[in-house]
Amino acid sequence: MGKKKTLVGALAVVTAMTVAGCGGGGTASTETASAPTDPAKVSGTITVLTHRTDLVKDGSMEAYAAEFAKTYPKVKVKFEGLTDYEGEVKIRMNTENYGDVLMIPGAVAKNDYPKFFAPLGATDELSGTYRFSDKTDVNGKVYGIAQFGTANGFIYNKAVWEEAGVTEWPTTPQEFLAALGAIKERTGATPYYTNFKDGWPLTQWSANIGSVTCDTEANNSLAGAVSPWKQGSELNVIDTLLHDTVKGGLIEKDPSTTNWEESKNLLAKGTIGTMMLGSWSITQMQAAAETAGGSADDIGFMPFPVQKDGKFCATLTSDYQQAVNIHSEHKEAARAWIDWFTAKSGYAAEEGAVPALKADPMPDTLKAFVDNDVTFVERSEAKTGTVNAIDNAAEIGLAKQDYRQKLVDIARGAQQGSLQDYFAELDKKWDEAAKTAGS
Amino acid sequence: MTETTDAVTAKTPAAGRRAARGPANRPQQRSARRPALQRITPWLFLLAPLALLVTFTYVPVANMVYYSFTDWDGVSPDRNFTGVDNYTQIFTRPELFRVFFVSFYYLAASAFQIAVALYFATVLSFDLRFRNLFKGILFFPYLINGVAIGFVFLYFFQDGGTLDSVLSWFGAETDHAWLGDPTSANTSLAGVSVWRFTGLNFVLFLGAIQSIPGELYEAAQLDGASRWQQFRHIIAPSIKPVLSLSIILAISGSLSVFEIPYIMTGGATGTSTFVIQTVKLAFQFNKTGLASAAAVVLLLIILLITWIQRRLVPDEKVDLV
Repeated sequence: MGKKKTLVGALAVVTAMTVAGCGGGGTASTETASAPTDPAKVSGTITVLTHRTDLVKDGSMEAYAAEFAKTYPKVKVKFEGLTDYEGEVKIRMNTENYGDVLMIPGAVAKNDYPKFFAPLGATDELSGTYRFSDKTDVNGKVYGIAQFGTANGFIYNKAVWEEAGVTEWPTTPQEFLAALGAIKERTGATPYYTNFKDGWPLTQWSANIGSVTCDTEANNSLAGAVSPWKQGSELNVIDTLLHDTVKGGLIEKDPSTTNWEESKNLLAKGTIGTMMLGSWSITQMQAAAETAGGSADDIGFMPFPVQKDGKFCATLTSDYQQAVNIHSEHKEAARAWIDWFTAKSGYAAEEGAVPALKADPMPDTLKAFVDNDVTFVERSEAKTGTVNAIDNAAEIGLAKQDYRQKLVDIARGAQQGSLQDYFAELDKKWDEAAKTAGS
Repeated sequence: MTETTDAVTAKTPAAGRRAARGPANRPQQRSARRPALQRITPWLFLLAPLALLVTFTYVPVANMVYYSFTDWDGVSPDRNFTGVDNYTQIFTRPELFRVFFVSFYYLAASAFQIAVALYFATVLSFDLRFRNLFKGILFFPYLINGVAIGFVFLYFFQDGGTLDSVLSWFGAETDHAWLGDPTSANTSLAGVSVWRFTGLNFVLFLGAIQSIPGELYEAAQLDGASRWQQFRHIIAPSIKPVLSLSIILAISGSLSVFEIPYIMTGGATGTSTFVIQTVKLAFQFNKTGLASAAAVVLLLIILLITWIQRRLVPDEKVDLV
């Protein structure tokens, strides 16, 4: 009897705590985190959450803060480097304590931005100054400004490609496959490295949505029951190229045990010919090449092998977007940091990335693209919220590795199925999800 | 969970005894207040463990059950109550249960694992040279962190890695991607799990075997019983409870395999298990509600299987003498 009573009591306590714990419900704020007019007057200590633990550790971030303090003497900037950024921030966002400035985690649904972040201004105004500003636009207001962006394409070892006798960028998927075939035949290198085990490099293929048709609306047009893998669509072309590369035996021998850190050295040394990555990887590869005793000039970057009207297109996609915590007590200071960090710190140039500021020039790393007249397609992200909602509901994961790992498995015969059946299955999932989600 | 509850129940009588002894030495006039204090004391001792138990076990579980009835995405401050919709989804989508087939690899592996552990426990319970060294070697893998094991075995199974080079010493030139196709990948992963958990079973069995009084063996030997007969009639019956516990642990473990495949393959190439699938639902596709429901379903399946097993093999009291 006594035992039962205790149990009931414990359950009652638990229930009470559960109910109390979920009484949440955010209220949208309207207070804009506006830039301060007089730098000398803003004060306060702000915390910046960042995933760049390396820059926090080696003091680079401190150096940026010191530089910042010259303009804003009364603002103190503290950094918190988080190794598992996405995972930790996502959980902390259930409280009010998630820094003053943070990068918007991918898990936050776009329509929830106003519940977590202070608006930074009207989209009409900011889109004139900053690239990628429509990615965080909710109801005409911007909630985050990109740190920088990246151009998408293939990173390759020039020496390997030249040894195989290919000096021009391939203009069609067939030419690309032929070039990889030549590498396999004439050099000892692995023509293409999937990074299958680590997985995330496979997601980079999705960043090319828009490179095929040069359409800035390519991503937005996925919002709906549009069968994204139908014949001739962006994803069909992109995934078919990956499939054919794998099927042609042009990849590493055992994809299931690849290693990203090692792959950088292998590409730098010329053991690997090509990888699909964003332009952010160029500086890392160049550094790896120099460490390996080679030359940074051996590292090249080429656009996706499809042309429209005789010209290549390369999508520009944004990196993390910086936002101001809606609960921050120093919104002005936080905004000042974001503006300064994006425009004046030189961070984007240091990383060799596409600057978020429209007025700034393209980085040196993309010189080949600029010289060869590659059209930069700044992909509109206006409907990303809807696209992500459909993507999650369908459990496909355009920006996740699983569906491409299965594609690679099908291509190399490790799993049953054909490419066409798989595309049909994905289309079906997408279209069904589109009916329930996001509309 | 079981550990915590055991600790709690184990503490109660001890606490009671101590409290009872304490006031007995005090002067007589205070004896009127003794019963009240006496009744409270065990609860005072229980306060800390109970608070920990409730905070870290029951509240999270209750929360999980609550989430399973909502469409929460894991971040948003809003969540809608959707009733049993998540459960309907789980039971109407057969592909969510298909991953349980992967568990059969681990189930087969754990049968093998129990047999191996039992064999070594029996052998090493007799007097042998280097007996303690072998015990150490067998138990050692269990002490290593699961993440580390995952990384070590990634190199082990790599193309041209440890396994391939060891095989080549024996003239077997393999050119096999061990983690490359579903069958060999799952077998390899299950092999890693055998390597890791044999030590645990081994120690459990060894403990049980060593609690058997030595005279029994002596008597058996005098009667001319062989080693096998000793095992069959003395050891096996006396370790039955531990054996049945190991089988329960093996089954629930096989259904909820997680870290080894998650670290080594991330669930690629058909190595995804139910828990990996649940984690992906929750953290990749932001379906915390659906994932919670899946977790509740897994919990219920394991409870059900344990219950059935306890019914089939009731806990008998072992009486050796």
